[in-house]
Amino acid sequence: MRRDYKTYLRRFHEAKWDEEIIFDLSVPGQRGIIVPAAEAQMVEAVGKGSSKIPQGMKRKKLPNLPEVHQMRVNRHFMRLTQEVMGADVTPDLSQGTCTMKYSPKVQEHTAARNENLIDVHPLQDVSTIQGILEIYKKTEEMVCEISGMDAFNFHAGGGAAACYEGACVVRAYHKSRGDDKRDEIITTIFSHPCDAGAPSTAGYKVVTLMPNEDGIPDLEAMKAALSERTAAIFITNPEDTGIFNPRIKEYVDAAHEAGALCYYDQANVNGIMGITRAREVGFDIIHYNLHKTFSSPHGGMGPGCGALGVREFLKPFLPVPRVEKDGEHYYLDYDCPESIGKIRTFMGNAHVVLRTYMWIKQMGAEGIREAAVCSVLNNQYLMKQVSKIKGVEVYYALGKRRIEQCRYSWNKLKEDTGFGTVDVTKRLIDFGMQHYWQSHHPHIVPEPFTLEPTESYSKDDLDEYAAILTEISRECYEEPEVIRSAPHNAPIHAILTDEVDDFDKIAVTWRQWQKRIQAGTMKDA
Amino acid sequence: MHRRPKEVRDVKKIGFLVNPVAGVGGRVGLKGSDGARIQEMAKKLGAVPEASLRALAALQKASGLTDQIVFLTAPGVMGEDVVKQTAFPYEVVGTLPDGATTAEDTIRIAREILESQADLLMFAGGDGTARNVCEAVGMELPVLGIPAGVKIHSAVYAYNTKNAGEALEYFCNESRNRYEEAEVMDIDEEAFRGGTVRAKLYGYMRIPVLHRCMQSVKSGGYSEKEHVAGIAESVVSQMTPGAYYVVGPGTTTIPIMDRLGLPHTLLGMDIVKDGKLIKADAAEKDIYDLTKKGEVYVILTVIGGQGHLFGRGNQQISPRILRAIGRKHCMIVATKSKLLSIAAGRLTVDTGDIELDMELAGYVRIITGYQDSVMFKIES
Repeated sequence: MRRDYKTYLRRFHEAKWDEEIIFDLSVPGQRGIIVPAAEAQMVEAVGKGSSKIPQGMKRKKLPNLPEVHQMRVNRHFMRLTQEVMGADVTPDLSQGTCTMKYSPKVQEHTAARNENLIDVHPLQDVSTIQGILEIYKKTEEMVCEISGMDAFNFHAGGGAAACYEGACVVRAYHKSRGDDKRDEIITTIFSHPCDAGAPSTAGYKVVTLMPNEDGIPDLEAMKAALSERTAAIFITNPEDTGIFNPRIKEYVDAAHEAGALCYYDQANVNGIMGITRAREVGFDIIHYNLHKTFSSPHGGMGPGCGALGVREFLKPFLPVPRVEKDGEHYYLDYDCPESIGKIRTFMGNAHVVLRTYMWIKQMGAEGIREAAVCSVLNNQYLMKQVSKIKGVEVYYALGKRRIEQCRYSWNKLKEDTGFGTVDVTKRLIDFGMQHYWQSHHPHIVPEPFTLEPTESYSKDDLDEYAAILTEISRECYEEPEVIRSAPHNAPIHAILTDEVDDFDKIAVTWRQWQKRIQAGTMKDA
Repeated sequence: MHRRPKEVRDVKKIGFLVNPVAGVGGRVGLKGSDGARIQEMAKKLGAVPEASLRALAALQKASGLTDQIVFLTAPGVMGEDVVKQTAFPYEVVGTLPDGATTAEDTIRIAREILESQADLLMFAGGDGTARNVCEAVGMELPVLGIPAGVKIHSAVYAYNTKNAGEALEYFCNESRNRYEEAEVMDIDEEAFRGGTVRAKLYGYMRIPVLHRCMQSVKSGGYSEKEHVAGIAESVVSQMTPGAYYVVGPGTTTIPIMDRLGLPHTLLGMDIVKDGKLIKADAAEKDIYDLTKKGEVYVILTVIGGQGHLFGRGNQQISPRILRAIGRKHCMIVATKSKLLSIAAGRLTVDTGDIELDMELAGYVRIITGYQDSVMFKIES
């Protein structure tokens, strides 16, 4: 069945396998692999394999693991993967704020599946891992150039972790100057939630700014909040509305005047990369999400890398170990007395750093700038198309351009038809698109959805997406029953979200389910 | 393949009550409609009862639910006449004597609806009606107000007629409704007509939490309840020994007293010092006297929707007290969703002292959770 090239709509149906839970497939005695018995010499030397395990840590009973042969396990997981949408089977432009760009497969084979990297152990002697250390150092130099920062650290496993690391650096800096009073940070409601959450986890009090009519944070409110207690401002720009705050330097200057540091959450940097730099605005600390902007596949909680960049005066506080070069050889420097210490084991996700290195090298300076320009162009085009759809509104700064993403609202649709953003997202699946990203919480823009087309997607992809939204809007107005009962072409139909919320009604693990069957509170289906 | 999941939903019994005279005073400039004399005067001035029209519009908004609702309606002009014009099935509850309807009719019939095991009571009226309904059903029966009165200060009302209809739809489509307490507010109409605003908190009723039209608690991690608990924790951790804390009324402030293990006055001001209750339901003078004895903080919340800070339900905090303690000693607490519900995006104060109102204007920090605050603007 071909896609209809006039309407852009395709007839899609997700696979349905009715696949058993892996525990249901268990047959006692079945094995995926037979582990060879230890050789006699080895047994003689070390005794029984389990003899080195401390007595208290030994299991009394065998673990209740499913016993399934290798081919069946493989088939099981292949079927499950067919029942979900993956980044490579559907355009991911719907995941606003996530910067879902194409991750070239050559990076996969060279980085993640490269034996020379997989077989390296982080505790190996540094003389034997000069290659990956060189990659770390050179990648650091390149992202320094892109941002204007003076040093980077790649340890954090994601953006929020980098944000936490940044909050620790802020505290270490003030402490080094004998200033213990600063216990507050200021952020904005449209900044990423981690800009409030991570410093809060690090022990800071959080003050949040609301937007003004133009959708940018209220500068006067920030000035009123600044005091000798302000440790730093943590700010995203452009925020998740896609609106760029053109007066950002005034915010930075006001914060500096109050003795606070300025942290720039650059998770939304994709549309301004190679065009503006954090340094010129005056920021002291930034983070990039290497797994978004610099093209590593992400989702499913990683693996990611939150790269934390700082100005020279904050470098002493970065985590250890730092990768340095003594003229000829690379080495790990632990001699950093003012460092905040370690925030993660070893060196972070090395393969993400390697992918970043590859991506930057392949793109070059012009390529990176062009990617930014394309992502902005794509967003302008998509915004034009989506804004035309009946029921769609754009909040704040009407008529002004967004950078690389836009937060839309189905509020009008909701008023007209009673269907909101959740209803639309359920129906999207029927057209072979995964759900879209609505918004971070709280939902300030009502019935929100956020699209970020990045530079990867073609005009055809954008047209297809806009056509699907147009069709769903039409259905909301004209064929409400179709929406009410969607999704139709997925193996699982409408899920009652209230049931999912109720932990008395759902079992989240096999063991819990078995216990509840025994207790009679649940029935075996 | 168009397969529809089977939905088995119970038919809901919705109580329905209209105050036919609600709002008659408004258009003719009478600042309220309470009392037979005013209603008579309004009639003479040519007022048209709008409550029935608004109630009808709300029901029509939910007209897709005719197989899911049975209305238990008050008779005649108090509801039956409205439901009759729709396709909804209904039963009439109670009786109505001839002549003009009164507050007593509202109270009596609301009680009968409560006794008829209704799932929800939908009523159209203003603050006066809300007070009457509150007196009849209290927190026993969840309610949903269709705004039709001159004065709408109570939080039990939907923002407008259409929202009221939508809210009914959500309530009926939700398999497990949750409830929250909302303020019943009213002003003294006699004083209001004389030129003075004296709003008062009269009580609380239960309203359904309509999380599909408000912000979702499903994927955000924290529920409203947890934010309120965080606020209480934050306030208690900031309390300094020896200082007096005047805890005002509201569902955001009550958990502070709970956290301290102290009883609270539902609609009054309680004074706390060093974790002990010094005085329950304090009067203005009690509080003012304290300002001469030591450090006094007042803990107040914002009235959702309208954003009133002073001058509504907390008259005990008089201008002279505010002058004595200063704005910095006012701890304002509210959840972020409550702040987002303030349509104007700013707070208003109306202490009765215009000069003081001007002094209070500016940015304040509102405690919104544990170690969490939002900058918000006060307009005089």
